[in-house]
Amino acid sequence: MANYSTNEFKGGLKIMIDGEPCSILENEMVKPGKGQAFNRVKIRKLISGKVLEKTFKSGDSVEGADVIDTDLAYLYTDGEFWHFMNNDTFEQIAADEKAVGENVKWLVENDVCTITLWNGNPIAVTPPNFVELEITETDPGLKGDTAGTGGKPATLSTGAVVRVPLFVQIGEVIKVDTRSGEYVSRVK
Amino acid sequence: MVNDWQPSASIETLRHRAAILAKIRQFFAAREVMEVETPSLSQASVTDPHLDTFHTRFVGPNHSQGLPLYLQTSPEYAMKRLLAAGSGSIFQLGKAFRNEESGRHHNPEFTMLEYYQVGYDEFELMSELDELMQYLLDCPASESISYQQAFITYLGFDPLAISLSDLKKHAEQRGYGDIAAIENNPDTLLQLLFCMEIEPQIGQRVPCFVYNFPASQAALAKLNPKDNRVAGRFELYYQNMELANGFNELTDAAEQRARFMQDNQLRAEMGLDAVPVDERLLAALDAGIPDCAGVAVGVDRLVMLALNKTTISEVISFDVSRA
Repeated sequence: MANYSTNEFKGGLKIMIDGEPCSILENEMVKPGKGQAFNRVKIRKLISGKVLEKTFKSGDSVEGADVIDTDLAYLYTDGEFWHFMNNDTFEQIAADEKAVGENVKWLVENDVCTITLWNGNPIAVTPPNFVELEITETDPGLKGDTAGTGGKPATLSTGAVVRVPLFVQIGEVIKVDTRSGEYVSRVK
Repeated sequence: MVNDWQPSASIETLRHRAAILAKIRQFFAAREVMEVETPSLSQASVTDPHLDTFHTRFVGPNHSQGLPLYLQTSPEYAMKRLLAAGSGSIFQLGKAFRNEESGRHHNPEFTMLEYYQVGYDEFELMSELDELMQYLLDCPASESISYQQAFITYLGFDPLAISLSDLKKHAEQRGYGDIAAIENNPDTLLQLLFCMEIEPQIGQRVPCFVYNFPASQAALAKLNPKDNRVAGRFELYYQNMELANGFNELTDAAEQRARFMQDNQLRAEMGLDAVPVDERLLAALDAGIPDCAGVAVGVDRLVMLALNKTTISEVISFDVSRA
């Protein structure tokens, strides 16, 4: 993998830090008028998800990380692995629990997810920004109630729990924003 | 059609900026400090290993093969030649150019106020600069702390006495282990700790002068005659911004030549090309310049502070991305 000098640092660049692939979030040059320049970089560790700050001497180089994002459709889980398929080549990839992580609750069959591969192995699964899921459990709401009164918790078919308006009922399909975990609307 | 033809600063900001420049000129006119202009393109450059210079070639009469010219990183050498020629106290508002510098507080070309007061030492200059800050920023009077005391207060060690291995340990403890593992220049480690750990803690409420920089970071300052571990160099910080760098100016040509040589030695160790020393500056020092103190002030950053802007792009008409 190529090395990148600090002058090539920018948001989204994937580099190796402490043996783990990382994505650069922010990069700032800090330079005294007389003296050495440094780059203060905010990075996200792609496996642990941790965000941290790191400082480099400007001009130094860092090893790049062989990380690519690929769009794959979610197929099914066998309990141990979650299987995804490339809709063009039909090639399949299995992600383990660690890669799927918290996002398991947003996986909907046939939805196209972004799978992050490091050296060809899945390390992260990002669901689409919006998914549609059926409500399997929620308290019956009061008739005539409108959105914006605080709502109630509802359990979805994947086990995810979101707050929904009181008028939304069991069996209805709702649209959820996976980034915030918030209810967006009912799906007719 | 390009749509980035518009300025990076608003016209309203540029109006305020013009008023600040006018106030700077008023300040010096009232003190009978003469405004001067010196070349942006110079045949000589600086040896400072941490400055990267733009260069070009003049081709024309008498220079069919091309005359190498450098865009100046600061007008200090030319202004010292004016001092040697008997100008008396002088100031300049002009552009300085530094390659490889771009960011929230940096643009490769920027506006610098450089001024010299004949007969002043660095403390007299600091006090006058304090007046200028209050005049331009409407801020409270500044405070000051020595470089040594800043390290003792904020990081708990004496930068003038610490060994390299202990310095590395401090850097490591503060999260800079990767740099500390391979960096053997104590000044680089001190600069790292200073800008990452001390700068965010000083000059928040009122501007803060840091004086008596270590002799190894003297640049163009005289060493302190009473304590040669430190030099007559100061810096001014306010609200996370380095605003000014000043010197009790070195007037000794031989000492200046030795420092240029030292810089070139360091450049070689860093794998950089040596820079020919500015013989005209050395000749001027040799002819004799008066005892004086001088300072460079980042005008764009002053405007940022005065107008509460967070990026340099917002206070210059066209930043480098739109230039």
